[in-house]
This record gives sequence, structure tokens and C-alpha cells, in this order.
Amino acid sequence: MEDTIAAISTSVGTGAISIVRLSGREALTIANKLFKGPNLTKVNSHTIHYGFIKENEELIDEVLVSVMLSPKTYTTEDIVEINCHGGIATTNKILELLLKNGARLAEPGEFTKRAFLNGRIDLIEAESVSDLIMSKSDKQRTLALNGVNGRLGTIVKKIREDILNLIANIAVNIDYPEYEDAIEVTQDYLKETMTKIKQDLEILLKNASIGEMIRNGIDVALVGRPNVGKSSILNALLNEEKAIVTDISGTTRDVIEGKMNLNGIEINLIDTAGIRETEDYVEKIGVDKSKEIINKSDLVILVLNNNEELNSDDLELLEKVKEKTHILFINKNDLKSKINLPETENVVYGNTKTLKGMESLKEKIMEMYQLDQISLKDLTYLSNVRQIDLVSKSLEHLEEALKDIEKKIPVDMIEIHLRNAFDHLGKLIGECYEDELIDKLFKNFCLGK
Amino acid sequence: MKYDCIVVGGGHAGCEAAHITAFMGKKTLLITMNIKNIADMPCNPSIGGTAKGVIVRDIDALGGLMGRIADISHFQIKMLNSKKGPAVRCLRCQADKITYPKNMLNALKNTPNLEIKEAMVEDLLTENNKIKGILLSTQEKIECETLILTTGTYLKSNILRGDKNTEGGPHGEARSNFLSDNLKRLGFNIQRLKTGTPPRIKASSIDFSKMQEEYGDEIPYSFSHDLQPSYNPKEQQKCYLLYTNEVTHKLILDNLEKSSMYGGYVTGIGPRYCPSIEDKIVRFSDKERHQLFLEPESLYYDEWYLQGFSTSMPEDIQEKMVHSLSGLEKAKITKYAYAIEYDAIDPLELKPSLETKIIENLFTAGQINGTSGYEEAAGQGLIAGINAVQKLRNQEPLILKRNESYLGVLIDDLVTKGTKEPYRMLTSRAEYRLVLRHDNALLRLRKYGHDLGTITEEMWANYQKVEQEIKNLNKYLKETKLEITENIKKEFMDNHFSLPLNKTSLFDLLKRPEVTMEFLNHFVSIPFSNDIKEVVSIEIKYEGYIKKTEKEIEKMLKLEEKQIPKDIDYNKVKNLASEARQKLENVRPITLAQASRISGVNPSDLSILAIYLKKEYGKNE
Repeated sequence: MEDTIAAISTSVGTGAISIVRLSGREALTIANKLFKGPNLTKVNSHTIHYGFIKENEELIDEVLVSVMLSPKTYTTEDIVEINCHGGIATTNKILELLLKNGARLAEPGEFTKRAFLNGRIDLIEAESVSDLIMSKSDKQRTLALNGVNGRLGTIVKKIREDILNLIANIAVNIDYPEYEDAIEVTQDYLKETMTKIKQDLEILLKNASIGEMIRNGIDVALVGRPNVGKSSILNALLNEEKAIVTDISGTTRDVIEGKMNLNGIEINLIDTAGIRETEDYVEKIGVDKSKEIINKSDLVILVLNNNEELNSDDLELLEKVKEKTHILFINKNDLKSKINLPETENVVYGNTKTLKGMESLKEKIMEMYQLDQISLKDLTYLSNVRQIDLVSKSLEHLEEALKDIEKKIPVDMIEIHLRNAFDHLGKLIGECYEDELIDKLFKNFCLGK
Repeated sequence: MKYDCIVVGGGHAGCEAAHITAFMGKKTLLITMNIKNIADMPCNPSIGGTAKGVIVRDIDALGGLMGRIADISHFQIKMLNSKKGPAVRCLRCQADKITYPKNMLNALKNTPNLEIKEAMVEDLLTENNKIKGILLSTQEKIECETLILTTGTYLKSNILRGDKNTEGGPHGEARSNFLSDNLKRLGFNIQRLKTGTPPRIKASSIDFSKMQEEYGDEIPYSFSHDLQPSYNPKEQQKCYLLYTNEVTHKLILDNLEKSSMYGGYVTGIGPRYCPSIEDKIVRFSDKERHQLFLEPESLYYDEWYLQGFSTSMPEDIQEKMVHSLSGLEKAKITKYAYAIEYDAIDPLELKPSLETKIIENLFTAGQINGTSGYEEAAGQGLIAGINAVQKLRNQEPLILKRNESYLGVLIDDLVTKGTKEPYRMLTSRAEYRLVLRHDNALLRLRKYGHDLGTITEEMWANYQKVEQEIKNLNKYLKETKLEITENIKKEFMDNHFSLPLNKTSLFDLLKRPEVTMEFLNHFVSIPFSNDIKEVVSIEIKYEGYIKKTEKEIEKMLKLEEKQIPKDIDYNKVKNLASEARQKLENVRPITLAQASRISGVNPSDLSILAIYLKKEYGKNE
């Protein structure tokens, strides 16, 4: 069996359910690393399992996973299909996690290609496969080029050039050891130069999350005890924006009560829907429910009552939001303060009756996400899973290299990591390695007999 | 009289080719224009160097001569990159230009089945595109089953100094006027290449006191796996380092138009890694000085080689240039530098066995294939010789893979990518260089030598001994546990090494980057030779990196297994991009892996090809 490939196999952005498919030698072990549920490596072939996809301990999505073992599968290899909840962000996130754990992003038509090469589909179908690969890869080539032209392309090229210069310098040290005009690449020099390159890549990745924010918005959860004022805040924010849109299925399966817009970025307000409706139900599972929503959102606004001391539910919620990006909204600031707050950062006081504090709340969100600094015109953002994957892999190699420098591994070994980092960036802009190094070597250094 | 194999040319490629075919039992004739020029070194007086040193080791592992002859013919030897990682260490020796050819000629004379003849070859005799023999300039015909052309720089060569352009090869020897035209007539693409060599200086006219001395290593080394170093490291000859200066640069810039290159007298394409001094000064005008080395050519005559000062200036300017150098103010030039242009074939017309695609049983090796360097030539000569014999035996050719030898990289690059300038081997060309090391050449290649019959019984016994010793040393290192005494504790502390647990095995200690065999030798005497220790400790210490490389290799080998049938018609493969179709047609790769290395063939083309192969030829999975 070949290496393991992964891709989203439903068309992205449509339909409530998306399927992420894995095929290859390690399909089961990779999926199992992310799956909270039955041990996928031990289940029977052609069975479906309920569970969660998790990153470390954080739950990403509730999913159904189909396991189909070789040889009776589409590709004749082990296949795992993860049925998840539709939204682009979640589906991409799951794909990213699979790639991070050892899968490789499938080429266009690769599942079908494997199916054919492994004798699964017949000759007539094969003809259409090659057409498919052709048309898709052409499209992808165009897409890839469009995706990285302009400023992003320039930035990636620049970083790649920096890595190439370093590699060429090391190569000269090796191939012309007596040539003294080239800087001797010492471990310290390498560390310094690579740290700079690493920072550049990190900025690219950080900007990628801004790109994601631009595309998908920020999910904001409003939590708190019943009747503490969540709905009032929600209504106040939405009314003011005059943009009430209800019941839009969004990136999670929870109901987004509405969207508002801050400096061009969509803020998806998620209320703990249903909790308000039946008080009994709330008593039973209200806090649990809130916890789940806290996990899934980007930002949590915990609403507390200024006029009461914190009770055990409040404390539990406080404990929970500590790990997340959060704002504490202290309601009823017109009444006497009885609250004993454990922290003072990210606190906004307000009053839902008089609508005081709503502006401060918005400003706080702007500040936390630096929304005022985002320029929509200057899109130097990585825009898809493939790009993000390639940049993260490049970064991983640099990180490994930096670790190995600490271990005093010789420079020419470290160069292997650099080449890998370089190759990944090359794929991003559609250039390959080959003779670039040799050209660089003779262009930059004056060598000869 | 019919020969199994005729080798045309007695340079480094020709010597290896003729020796190995004869050694393998085939009746061989080596034809040279001048027996005095057998194994001649017309350029630098050294053998080995980065990447090239490993090639010499590889040649030796396979039963070739270069390493063995270099070992008894040098007056200085060095391990380059000894302070860097193990994958890039390489031997280089200063070989004596009198002794090396003499020792090589002796070795050839003592090879059974080998005859040497002085003659000039004018044409190839072929029948139905298969080699039949050769025609000499005397119009004598000699028949043969296989022919290996190793004509070096002698095909229609011209020597250039300034506007002076003389027909002829190195040392003013006659050139071959007809052979390349006849190759063209047979269908070969002929390209014009260029290289050059610096001036030689009379030793007694040099003031060495103004230069920096360069010594050989104190530890004795040998290229050969079967010979112990037989020289005294203390008696090695020195080389010297000197620099160009402002005066030199001004002289060159003022007279630029007079050089053959800049005056427009050269048509061939020269190598970028071997530029003339005028090239260096023009292209790197910000450099205030350039390094030069003075190296003795031989202990038997007093000429020194001025490395780094290759030029095509006229003789009077060369005089001034040399005299501008510190220490060479009164130098007497014994041979002026020159550029040389010559004909070569396009290596894309070769199979990976080095047999030509156009004429069956015709092989080529060395500079005629567009390479540069003694070692690159010798390596190809060896492979061409082995494969000529394999052809005669009706057996599969020896095609070394990119993970097996620098020779695999060299030949694969040539026949897959072609070359537009003389090709020099560099470590940077080898993506798996971590497994292509100086220390493991024997382990990589000698088995092939045994299977093919290119090595003696004694050489095979040496291999088996090394293999056993490696096992023994590994076992010893695993079983020997270090008891941490006060002394040892102090030694670790003094070196700022963290203290290991008591009774850690030597094997585990060696995994630490900072702990070397030498360090361990302070407390335990490890009873094995340095060579064995080197290969074992590298494999322990860099296991992680080696495993990573092996994973990459595994991927490549999977594609190597996928053969492309010889008769494939690329016009029938639907959907191939037209650039890929043209390149594939031109190169005609033998495996999908080779196809993947052709520039212009991208992954989707490969997929399409793989699907076509499966469809048309089915069994290839």
C-alpha cells in the first residue's frame, strides 16, 4: 500500500455534511489519533462509528466515521471517511489535523488513480480518470498560481530565496572547503539566519488565521447563568447593527443567533439556544451545554451579575473560560457591586437595561483581535488548507533544524532540513528545486581551478 | 583478429574501461595515439576532492584502478571537510604527474587479455546500426564486438591563447579530425565544449617565502580498501597559497579584449565552476583578491601548477599577469595557460548503461559525454567497460542508482538531463549524499563487484572481513557498559558533557552528538581499526538522519521498479502536456523514477503515464 492521502471529498461549502476521506497504509492509525470513540484500529471492516474529532483534548466536531478495510474499498487500500458537520472551517480543521498527523494532501484525482492502479476500476473509466487528472490539475495549477501571486507570492519567494542562499552557502563550504571568500556557515550563523526565516514563516501562518477570520468570521459565544442578561446583550448588539439574521446554520451546528460586522469582519454571535426556553432543562444541563459551546467558539463572553456574589456555577464557568480568549461582561453596573472578581483584565462593565457598555464591548473585541489593523485590500494571506499545510511543514523542518543545532549536529546535516523546508515552499509557488541550487552556487560564489 | 572489446583513448576513462573488460576475461585492445600519454593528467596534479574523492573510493570498491594507483603515486594527501559532517568527508591527493601514468601503464601491462596499440582511429565500422569494428588512419580495419570511445578532449580540439587558435589536443598532440564528423554522420548530435588550464611555473624561479604553506594531513590515509597507506606522512610535499592583487586585476581588465574568451574567439561552452581568472574578475568585480594555489606537478621535474589562474590571454599578457603576483615577480613560465575547445556528444543519446541509443554495442565514457574531471571520467570508463562485458555475456547492465553511488548520480544526470557545460560532480547534486559516504563505499558496492566478477578473491575476502568486523564492533559496543569511576566522571565534567547513568553501553553513549570514539578511547581501548570505527560510529550517531534519507530512498525505489517498455509510443499517451511528451520522447527514460527527474515532466504527466502503462502493459504493477 502507498502512503496515506487525505482530502475533502464533498464539494466544500455546500451541504450540511462534509466527508473527509483518507486512504492508504496508515489511514486507520492517523484517524484513530484524532478520534474520541471506539478504537478504529480494532473495529470490523465496513462499519460506522460515532464519536468526536479532537485536537489534544479539545473537541472539534461530533462525527460519524466509516472504516473500510483493504481490499474491498474504492482504492483497494484501507479507507476511513469522516462525516462531519459541513462548515468550511470545521472541515478544513479536520483535514489540517489529518495532515499534521502524517497524511499527505491528495493530488487531484488521486483516489481514482489509486483505484485504477490497484485494479479496482476498468479501462474505460481509466480514460476518464486521466482526463480528470488533466483538467483538475490544470485548474489547480491556475488556482495555485492565482492564489499566490501578488504580494503573497513575493513574500514566499523572498523567504525561499533566503533559504536557498543559506543552502548555497553551505554547499560552497562543502564543495569548496578551501575557498575562503564564502562565509563559513557556523552553527551560530545558521541559528541566527534560520531564526529570522522561521519568524517570517510564523508571520505568514499567523496571517493565515487572519485570512481565515476574514473568510469565516469570529464565533463568539455568550454564556452565563440563566437570566443574567445574555439575550439582552445579544439583542442590543444586533438591534444596533440592524442586521438581525436568525437561524443561519454556520460553522458549528449550533444556531447562530445573528451576525454583526466589525470593521469588515463578521462576528457570529452564538447564544446558548434553547437554554432560555425551558427552565427545567436548563437546571439540568445548562452549565454542561455552555461548556461545550465555550470549546467551540473563538471568543467567549461570560456575563456575570454585578449585584451578586459569584456562585458555584459562575465559578465553574470562570474556570472553564480561563483557557479561552474571553471577555467578562459585568451586567447591572447600576446596582451595588457585590461581585468578587478573580481577575481584572478583559472586563467590561455595562447595563443591558440602559444599553450602556455595548460600545465598550465592541471596542474590546476590536482590540483583542486587532481588527482595526486588518486591511482587506492587502490580502497577503494564505488562503487554503494546501497553502497552510505547505507553510506549516516548511516551518516544522526549520524548527527541527533549530533543535538539532542545539544538539550540535553538523551543519551539512542541518542542510537536509533546509532543503525540505525549501521544497515545501517551492510547491506553494509552483517551482521546483532541481538546478536552482547549482545556478545559485556559481552565481554567488567565485569558484574555479 | 577480432577483439571482444576495443577501447579508443588511453585517458582515465580508457584505462579503467580497458582494464576491467580484460580483467573480466574479454580480449581487449586499448588504442592510444601516444603510449606516453596513458593516464595523462593534462590539468591539475590532484586526484580526489569533494565528491570526486568518494567517486575514487567507489571505483576502488568495484575493482577499478584509480584509487590503488593514486595511493602509490602521490606526495600529499588530505581529508577534506574533516571538521564537517561525515557525509561530506573526502580524500584528495596531490598525484605525481610522472609516477601516476607510469604506475597505471604498468598495471595495464600486467593485465592479462589486454593489448595496447598506438594508432589514430578515423571511423567506426557498423552494420545495421551495430558496431563491427574500427578504421584506423592507416586504413587498417580492426574488428570487435563492442567498442568504447573515450576520446577526451581530442575530438577536433583547438587550443586557444588570445587570438591564436591552433588545431590540436593537450601537449600539442595531434587531434582527431574525422571521428566526430563520422559520429555526426551516424546520427549523433555533436556539441562544442570548452575548458582551460592555468600556466605552469618553474619552481626555481618562485619566491615561496612570500606565500602561505599548505600541508598534508598527519594521519595516513588510502583511497584503496585493499592497501594500507605506505607513505610517511611527515615526508609529504607542501603546497602554497597566494593571492591576486590590484595590479593583476587592472592588467586583466585593460587587456580583456585580447583574451580568446572576451575577444570572441571561443564558440564552446565552458564550465561555470571552472572559470578563467578573467571571468572571475569581470563577474566578481567587488572582490579585491582571489585565492591561488601553487602545487608541484611532480617530484621528478620542477614545474608547478598555478591553480586558480586559468586564462586564455595571449602569452605576453600572461607573463605580465604572473609577474604581478607576490612571489612570482621573477617567475619563469614553462607552459602558458590555454583554453581548449572540443567536440562531445549529447549524453541524452546514451542509455544508463552508457551504451549509445543509436549504435548498438558502442559505449562512450568521459569527456566525450560532456563531463569534466579525471574521476568522473574514470568512473564512467569503469561502468562502460563492465556493461560492454555484460552485453557480451547477454546479461543485464550495471545501472547504479542515485542512492548507491555518486556514479549513479553522475550517469543518471547525464542521460536524463543532458548537459550544456562540462559536468563536474558536486556533493550538492546528490540528494542522498548522507548514504553516499567515503566510509561506506565498500559496503555499498563491493557485492556488485563480486557478482559481476570485477574483483579478485582477495578483495572479496577483505569485504567479508570488514562486514564481520562491523558486526563484531556493534556487538562489542552494545555489550560493553561504562562503569563511571571518579576519573571518568572528571573527564566528562571537564568536557562539559552531561554525566551518563552508570553502566550505560558504549553504543548508547555514541548516540550522543558530542561523544566520539576518540573520547571513549580515553577510558576503554576499543580493539578495532579506525575505518571500522568510523563507519560504525557514523551509523550510530546519525541513525535518525540516515533513516529519514532511507525513507526518501524507499519512495524513489518504488518508482524505479516501474519500468517503461522500450517500445512505448508517447504519441499514443493521451493528455500528456506537449512539453512532457517531447522531453519523454527525447530522453526515453527506462523507469518512472527516471521520468520523474526530467525537467518539464510534472506530477500530473507522471500520473497519466502510470495509468497508460497499467492500461497498455498491465503487468507492470
